[in-house]
Amino acid sequence: MELSGGEIVVQSLIDEEVEFLFGYPGGAVLHLYDAIFHQQQVKHILVRHEQGAVHAADAYARSTGKPGVVLVTSGPGATNAVTGIATAHLDSIPMVIISGQVGTPVIGTDAFQEVDMVGITRPCVKHNFLVKNIADLAETMKKAFYVATTGRPGPVVVDVPKDVTDPSIKIPYVYPEEVVMRSYNPIIKGHSGQIKKAVDLLLNAKRPMIYSGGGVVLGEGSAELIEFSKLLEFPVTSTLMGLGAYPATDEQFVGMLGMHGTYEANMSMHESDVIIAIGARFDDRVTGKLEEFCPYAKFIHIDIDPSSISKTIQVDVPIVGQVTEVLREMIVLIKSSNIVMDQKALEAWWSQVNKWRDLHCLEYDRNSDIIKPQHVVEQLYEVTNGEAYITSDVGQHQMFAAQFYHFDKPRRWINSGGLGTMGFGLPAALGVKLAHPDSDVACITGEASIQMCIQELATATQYRTPVKVINLNNRYMGMVRQWQEFSYESRYSESYMDTIPDFVKLAEAYGHVGMQIEKPADVRPALEEAFAMKERLVFMDFLTDRTENVFPMIEAGKSHHDMKLRSPSDKELS
Amino acid sequence: MRHIISILIENEAGALSRVAGLFSARGYNIESLTVAPTEDETLSRMTVVTGGSDRVIEQITKQLNKLIDVVKLIDLVESTHVERELMMVKVKTSNETREEVKRLSDIFRGKIIDVTSASYVIEMTGVSDKLDAFVAALDDESVIEVLRSGPMGMSRGEKGLHL
Repeated sequence: MELSGGEIVVQSLIDEEVEFLFGYPGGAVLHLYDAIFHQQQVKHILVRHEQGAVHAADAYARSTGKPGVVLVTSGPGATNAVTGIATAHLDSIPMVIISGQVGTPVIGTDAFQEVDMVGITRPCVKHNFLVKNIADLAETMKKAFYVATTGRPGPVVVDVPKDVTDPSIKIPYVYPEEVVMRSYNPIIKGHSGQIKKAVDLLLNAKRPMIYSGGGVVLGEGSAELIEFSKLLEFPVTSTLMGLGAYPATDEQFVGMLGMHGTYEANMSMHESDVIIAIGARFDDRVTGKLEEFCPYAKFIHIDIDPSSISKTIQVDVPIVGQVTEVLREMIVLIKSSNIVMDQKALEAWWSQVNKWRDLHCLEYDRNSDIIKPQHVVEQLYEVTNGEAYITSDVGQHQMFAAQFYHFDKPRRWINSGGLGTMGFGLPAALGVKLAHPDSDVACITGEASIQMCIQELATATQYRTPVKVINLNNRYMGMVRQWQEFSYESRYSESYMDTIPDFVKLAEAYGHVGMQIEKPADVRPALEEAFAMKERLVFMDFLTDRTENVFPMIEAGKSHHDMKLRSPSDKELS
Repeated sequence: MRHIISILIENEAGALSRVAGLFSARGYNIESLTVAPTEDETLSRMTVVTGGSDRVIEQITKQLNKLIDVVKLIDLVESTHVERELMMVKVKTSNETREEVKRLSDIFRGKIIDVTSASYVIEMTGVSDKLDAFVAALDDESVIEVLRSGPMGMSRGEKGLHL
């Protein structure tokens, strides 16, 4: 089969069984778009801004485990994609981004719509390629998918100059079955000596904790994590990125940890003597002040990326390997071990953990006559039976979603954890809905975040992706306002939006259903009504309490056991 | 502490910028960096001299290993090794100082590779300390230009850094 460069790129996507290609055409990729026109297998999703394409593909990947694929043009198309690429990079999402480039003869001449895409994306990709020769195209595509999806996943950019896709130049096409890279060999199996050491430590623990992260979701380790945790009966906490890998409604789950984690999760971590971190990276939003993080603990750390280990916290038993492999090996060892666990100590530990739990740190004012954002999320959880895919933007609403929507399954919680990208939620919801057309998909957002990628409402119309937008509208950039209240004596510098569009009319203008909900009593019926409209995108504008804060909170620079809790007077702030 | 990290990396466009970019993005310092292709032209050998605590060096080596183009690396300081740096120094000379500079160069086993009526270019190899000492021994006023390659090194014995 003889193919042009443009056809080779598209055919390689077909060979990779890519379902959706999210993109936006432009000069440098016209040959590629012509090749897309001539085939049916890969469905192209035309977004309204390249950032939306990357977020949608990213969320497709997060919700399915398959790589998300993007096609953008050179110059501004490429730079618009960068925020999305960085978002995927910080959360280790497998993606292949194909960017057009000006023709090879003019590279470096400041040609029209030329940017050094390989240079610009270098710090925010797992790897990138510039393909200058059509003969390298098929193999490079294979390498891109291989690198993106193996080891610690991540985005890979393939920059393709226009002349390489020239329809008049055709070469024989063979897509490699597999690819070997001498410089890239991800480690799968953990070191058995280290695993044994870890198991000994765990079985002798008196105040143990299981600290699970996004790596368990990415590594498909949920079943192993559950079996491992059930075997040991230890308390389990999760990072923001790991939510769902362990069922939130299970008795052993003590909630999310970190800056807006539960009191019980953070206190348990602080007092613990043995902590096993599984696919988590001791992020600064988890640790708080590093020097005071878990002062009594010995750490076991399982991660597929050696550079995640001992990056911020020195660990005692590092284990590099695939989470499923390592956990399976641990489970076998635990079952066959003759170490007798100190049941008395573990009972005492659980009773302490439960005392912290009894504080009910997430409680909020349920009698308010203004809609509380937590109430909306709780009702959403009930109306969707906890089964929906939830995407979110970034800010207070994101934390409320993480705290009040109890994820029992992995890949249901789709948010920008590492980069914290406002504008992620709506395009992400579209990507998820395309992947799971029969499931409920809701985007929990705020009136500030949603406006950053609002144009994707048009994409939703075009592809009939009936997601539900849950807009927690408090007229403030809520998280900014909260920090200003606590740390800047309530000087709300530029965190208030003086004009906010009429979201109902806006939704209608794009061909969707808009609703505005003002009273707490209307929250539930409105949600039920919206989710009953299976075929429609419903934009639900909830006018929520302007002054509500996210609690508990570890303030910047504070230690993780020094948590700010909701005081009774906080209810009266409004 | 000073570390010499020797890297075997794919000889591809942009490989150098991946390494240099990693150091600047993560705030590691580079004292010197040399790079050239090896006997296998698909590979380059890069030598980075850097400094930092053991933890920082551990992160540097892990981060470098994570770069897809990096095939292998070693920290030479972890075992016995030999290292050399190449230097060229251009020195002003006059009738009175020519002999003296020549003698000094001989003491340091330097070679004079360019001569004019008013200058020498001296070539010298050695460990960095020796080169420092030679420059210090010259009269400051007479030094026109100093050019150093940065150190490169190899582990002692039969083991080597190769595929």
